[in-house]
Formats: sequence, structure tokens, C-alpha cells
Amino acid sequence: MNLQVLDNQRVAADPMLPRAVPIRRITWETDDTFTLFLDLDGSTSQFKPGQFNMLYVPGVGEAAISISSDPTKPRAVAHTIHRVGTVTTALAQMKHGDFIGVRGPFGSSWPIDEARSKDVCIVAGGIGLAPLRPLLYSLFHHRNEYGRIVLLYGARSPLDLLYRVELEEWVDHHNVEVLVTVDRSDSSWKGHIGVVTNLFTYVKLDARATLAYVCGPETMMKFTLAELDRRGVPQEQTYLSMERNMKCAIGFCGHCQYGPYFICKDGPVFRLPQVQHLLEKKEL
Amino acid sequence: MQTEDLSQLLRQHPFVADLSDQHMHVLAGCASNVRFDDTSYLIREGELADKFFLLRSGRVALEIDMNERGPLRIQTVGPGEVLGWSWLIYPFRWHFNACAVTDVRVIALDGKCLRTKCENDHDFGYEMLKRLSHVMERRLEATRMQLLDVYGSNSGAPVQ
Repeated sequence: MNLQVLDNQRVAADPMLPRAVPIRRITWETDDTFTLFLDLDGSTSQFKPGQFNMLYVPGVGEAAISISSDPTKPRAVAHTIHRVGTVTTALAQMKHGDFIGVRGPFGSSWPIDEARSKDVCIVAGGIGLAPLRPLLYSLFHHRNEYGRIVLLYGARSPLDLLYRVELEEWVDHHNVEVLVTVDRSDSSWKGHIGVVTNLFTYVKLDARATLAYVCGPETMMKFTLAELDRRGVPQEQTYLSMERNMKCAIGFCGHCQYGPYFICKDGPVFRLPQVQHLLEKKEL
Repeated sequence: MQTEDLSQLLRQHPFVADLSDQHMHVLAGCASNVRFDDTSYLIREGELADKFFLLRSGRVALEIDMNERGPLRIQTVGPGEVLGWSWLIYPFRWHFNACAVTDVRVIALDGKCLRTKCENDHDFGYEMLKRLSHVMERRLEATRMQLLDVYGSNSGAPVQ
């Protein structure tokens, strides 16, 4: 199938039809994670932080991928992708000028207005930093309207850390308190080692005045939510991004059903009280 | 350093900050203020666990020696945290190495001195045990999470 024959104006109106989009470039963040930059038509690619696109590789399949770029630059949309399955492996093999199909953006977004004049605590695990990066960019555009921004970021090893150069820039230029930890390392790593929840030991949060945004593997999020609760951050001020096997992305197919919600349509970003009771259920 | 000065230092550490004056006096009698340079070892695997440490500043890495692969660092502890509980548990031997990643300032507590005081004053001993149990519970929880390898490819991480 040649994606270039599709009429992009027509497909933009139909959320089930992918529009053909050329790849601008691919940069490798780690051994198995890369960022795919797309050349999108700005008028049809406005997105909010936390939303995702469905990326389609002709003849291979489609995958839901969070947008990881700056929402104020919709023509240069980027997705940071962990190469774990057939679609993501196919995406990893593409190059500048190749076309993929894109549907979206879909889903709910990180609430930003609620954070005005408050402190922000962002907790990311592994690839979970990718959907949180647009949130950080959005905060940076109006940095003086927010209090402290604390980023607690955990990864498997130092070699698995995403956006290493940017992490330093966020500290230097955007007044972000960045604490990074890895699960294991050799002696060349001088930073923290241990799970991401350990990092709470080193930051004193004004719990009532803090909004928390959490994204990562579900187990990591459960531990993190327990830690936030222990430290008194109200559940109403805690947001998390859930992931399930999304297919249609518009709440039709039911693949991503999560209790009464469809993750693709009602999520992926939820306020904690919406899903707290579901996190305890084993079969969901 | 005088016991009174050490008591003031101890009061700044979360592990014992709210200890009663009486118990603080007992604890300070076993305490000393110590500094370790970057890359020096606070603890060596297999050696007698005759002290434990309350970290005031810097970072210490816990290591397992992997023979020819060298040491694997599995955890770091930093300011406000506690290093070591083998001083309390027979046979009083360290199970890990602990290496200073940066220059480190600690309050070192003499394990044998503390064990004796815990035996002689069970209220004090119970207070220490409660606090160390809390530390151990948190470490165990963190270790479980670490063992799950939540960021690995087969970990149920976000579907892509």
C-alpha cells in the first residue's frame, strides 16, 4: 500500500483513517529507544501534553505511541519509542523520507492550568518520561506561573536514561530539581542507585500545594502512588497515565477497556480517584 | 566532640530526631562524628559489623562483589538515611561493601556499645528496634520493586 495516495484533507476528518506523514529524522536515545521526528501539517497536528498518536507501518501494523515533543511546535511532532514489538521494530528501521500512517492525536491530557501557582512533582519511570516531556515543555513556557518543579526519574541503568543532555538543561535553564536514579550500575555512575520512590527521601514536598504527575510501568506507579499518599499529596491532586492495548483509539473496539473506561478515549491521563479502585483489581 | 554536641547533631537526623532526651543521651554515648573521603570504604563484606552510620551528607553505594565482573552497585544511601543493621543481628557480619561515592559525613554509632545498652535498657532497645525495623521494611519494599525489573522489556511497561 502506498500511503502517499491518500488524501490527507479527507482522512483528517475521519479518525480511523491514517494520514501519510514523512519521517524527518530518527535519533537514538539508548540502545533500544529512539525518537521519531515527523513532518506534520501543523493545522491538523495540534496536541496537548499526554496525548498519543496511532502510528501505522504499512504491512506491519499500528501502535499507540505517546507524543514526546513540545506542544507549541505541532509541525515537528516527535515520538520516543521503546523497540519492543513488531511495529516498533519496523518503525526503528525506517529512515528520513519514509512515510508512515498517523492517526490522532487521541486521549486526555495532563492538566496544566490546575498547577498554576502550585508546586509540581513529576515522577517518571523508564519510557514513562516521554509522555511527561510535553508537560515539562508546557510548564517551561510559563515558568514563572508555577512554583517548584521537581522531576524524579528512574531507569534501569545509566545507559537507559532518556534525554540526558536535556535533563541537565532543565536544571540549568528552567529551574527544575531533577533527581535521577537507576536500578543498578557499576562504579562509573556517581548518581543515585535504587528505585524511584527512594528519591522522595531527598525532596521535601509541600504536599497540599503540590500537583503530582506520574507515568511509568504500572508496578512503579503503584509504589509511587503509595509514596505520594504517605507524604500527604491529596489524591485529587495526583494524575497518572495508564496504558493498555489500544487499537481503534476512539472507544469503539473495547481492547483498552479498563473498568468503566476506555483508556484511549477517557484516558490515558486520569485523576487518581477515577482509577484508584481499579488499580487494586488483578484482572484489569 | 562532647556528648552534648553529638546530641545536637543527632537531633538533626530524621532517624533519631524525635528520640526522648533520656534515650538521646544514651545514644550519644555511643556516637562519634566521622568523615570519609570519596572512594573510601565504610563497610567491607564479611568483616565484623561493629558500627552503623547515620548519613549527614554525601552518598554511599552498597556493592556486591561479582568476582571477575567487579563490584555491582545495587543501592545508594544519602543524607537522612541509615547505613547498616548487621550490628544488631547475629553473627554481626556485613553482607555488603559500602563505598563512599562522594565525600561523606556520618555519625558513626558503636554497635557493641549500643547492643550492651539495648540489653541493659529494654525501653531503649525496643525504641531502636522499632526504628530499624521501619528502615528494614522500607528497604525490603524497595528491593522487591527492584527485583521486579519494572523497566525491562518483559515487565508490562507501556505498550508500544
